Amino acid sequence: MNTSLKDKLPPLSQLGPFIALAVASLIFGLSTENFFSGANFALILQQVMVVGVIAIGQTLIILTAGIDLSCGMLMALGSIVMTRFAVDYGLPVPVAIAAGVGVTTLFGLLNGLLVTRIKLPPFIVTLGTMNVAFAITQLYSDAQTVSNVPDSMTWLGNTFTLGGTQIAFGVVMMGVLYLGVDYWLRDTASGRHVYAVGNHPEATRLVGIPTDRVLLGVYVLAGVFYGLASLLSVARTGVGDPNGGQTENLDAITAVVLGGTSLFGGRGLVLGSLAGAIVVGVLRNGLTLMGVSSVYQVLITGILVILAVAVDQLSRKGDR
Amino acid sequence: MSTSHLVMQARGLVKRYGHVTALDGVDFELRAGEILAVIGDNGAGKSSLIKALSGATIPDEGVIELDGRPVHFRSPLDARHAGIECCYQDLAVAPAMTIAENLFLGRELRRPGLMGSVFRRLDKKRMLEISIERMNDLKVGIRSMTQAVETLSGGQRQCVAVARAAAFAEHVVILDEPTAALGVKEGNMVLELIRRVRDKGLAVILISHNMPHVFEIADRIHVARLGRRAAVLNPKKISMSDTVAVMTGAMPPESIPADCLAH
Repeated sequence: MNTSLKDKLPPLSQLGPFIALAVASLIFGLSTENFFSGANFALILQQVMVVGVIAIGQTLIILTAGIDLSCGMLMALGSIVMTRFAVDYGLPVPVAIAAGVGVTTLFGLLNGLLVTRIKLPPFIVTLGTMNVAFAITQLYSDAQTVSNVPDSMTWLGNTFTLGGTQIAFGVVMMGVLYLGVDYWLRDTASGRHVYAVGNHPEATRLVGIPTDRVLLGVYVLAGVFYGLASLLSVARTGVGDPNGGQTENLDAITAVVLGGTSLFGGRGLVLGSLAGAIVVGVLRNGLTLMGVSSVYQVLITGILVILAVAVDQLSRKGDR
Repeated sequence: MSTSHLVMQARGLVKRYGHVTALDGVDFELRAGEILAVIGDNGAGKSSLIKALSGATIPDEGVIELDGRPVHFRSPLDARHAGIECCYQDLAVAPAMTIAENLFLGRELRRPGLMGSVFRRLDKKRMLEISIERMNDLKVGIRSMTQAVETLSGGQRQCVAVARAAAFAEHVVILDEPTAALGVKEGNMVLELIRRVRDKGLAVILISHNMPHVFEIADRIHVARLGRRAAVLNPKKISMSDTVAVMTGAMPPESIPADCLAH
């Protein structure tokens, strides 16, 4: 059989992010002086951690053949809620954080209910909640940045030194979250059901799996991850930013798609999304080091997304 | 009188959808170790009957008995717990998942001890072993249980779907058009498998439009017509064209020769 080697290799779409990462690193390494340094990689990871954690929630939703356009806006709303609760109302930091995560989780629940109960397409639902969340964020913050955030809320932005490199605690948290979700998706029944629902919802329902409950759970869980991303964003920038989340919104989808998760659902790995997020971060970082204007960074990210989706589509053509 | 006992029996099932009466007092009998084909025109009440037997719909009237005891299925899961497994046309398997994963979809096994109870870790090794064992039992010749279902041919996929139902059923296997959309060779592969399922002692309900296939493997033929059971035929005695005549109503049940009826 001449197909045996091809069967053993992971599909091209799942190798994509690693190839892209290698190519981008090579180019930037050759063309700039400071790219290959521990400090620069630590910086990239720190820049990536917010998008990275949003991308976990986004991965879960895309695995069920959905999409979440509201992710970045929910992250911004969560960070405004938690900073205002702590700064303006003087509530204890854990309470304020819980409130912020609670709000994004509720929005996740709202998305999930609209998708599962009223059977609205995820694209439209989250397009709606994206705008609702944006408006609430602006109104609630009066379009003002919330500053003077207590230190204990930005603790995740602090760094520790490992082998001469300063690594942020938030980066460690991102890593732990990724490993946890990877374990859940691969090695537990409920994780496998997320794939099954995305792969063939009817077959999954017919074997007795409550597909709507799986879907609803995924949207709620995604809301939790957006809330944790809010906390990371506050930790990284030190403020509650009402205009945050705008680049993160598409960057998270880009990370997931680059990471090889199929927009058709049921295929992909959450660790791929981490690689995808790092690719986006490396591009931003490397192009900045090369002195390229940020407009070109957006242009290149856009082209990469189209490429990744094209690879996914083409690699699926042979299936049926 | 037959010697093998009735595994499943239904009497006077009625199911109405608004003004449409899908089942109009249908009776049904299934014996242990037989393949009972259920045939009928579109709208004859074939799929409503199967849905009622498999718990997919709840009949308005009538009784269903399993092994002589009345049962009231509220969902397909209830039927499954009672030992009835279904295999639906085209909708049976998740293509991107492996064969072993598909066999255990919705009934996954967890590791023993803390890993299973606290960390909910799947016992992939055991599920794989059982998959291999069950598939060997049914002589389904597929090399690797860890390959994705989408790498299989249509016939092999259908075999996986049928084998999944057979591997876990205790009493009844319901197969809905298992050979539709398959070529001759692949269709025969699935028919062979269905025979082996029966030879294991399970009762098989086969819904099919394919008359040659029905005549090839069915022990008895239940003809559904106008929401009722028109007749139960003996495929060894009656001709295919007479069967179609009964199905369409061209031949009234009274005029079927007595030796063509199955008992």
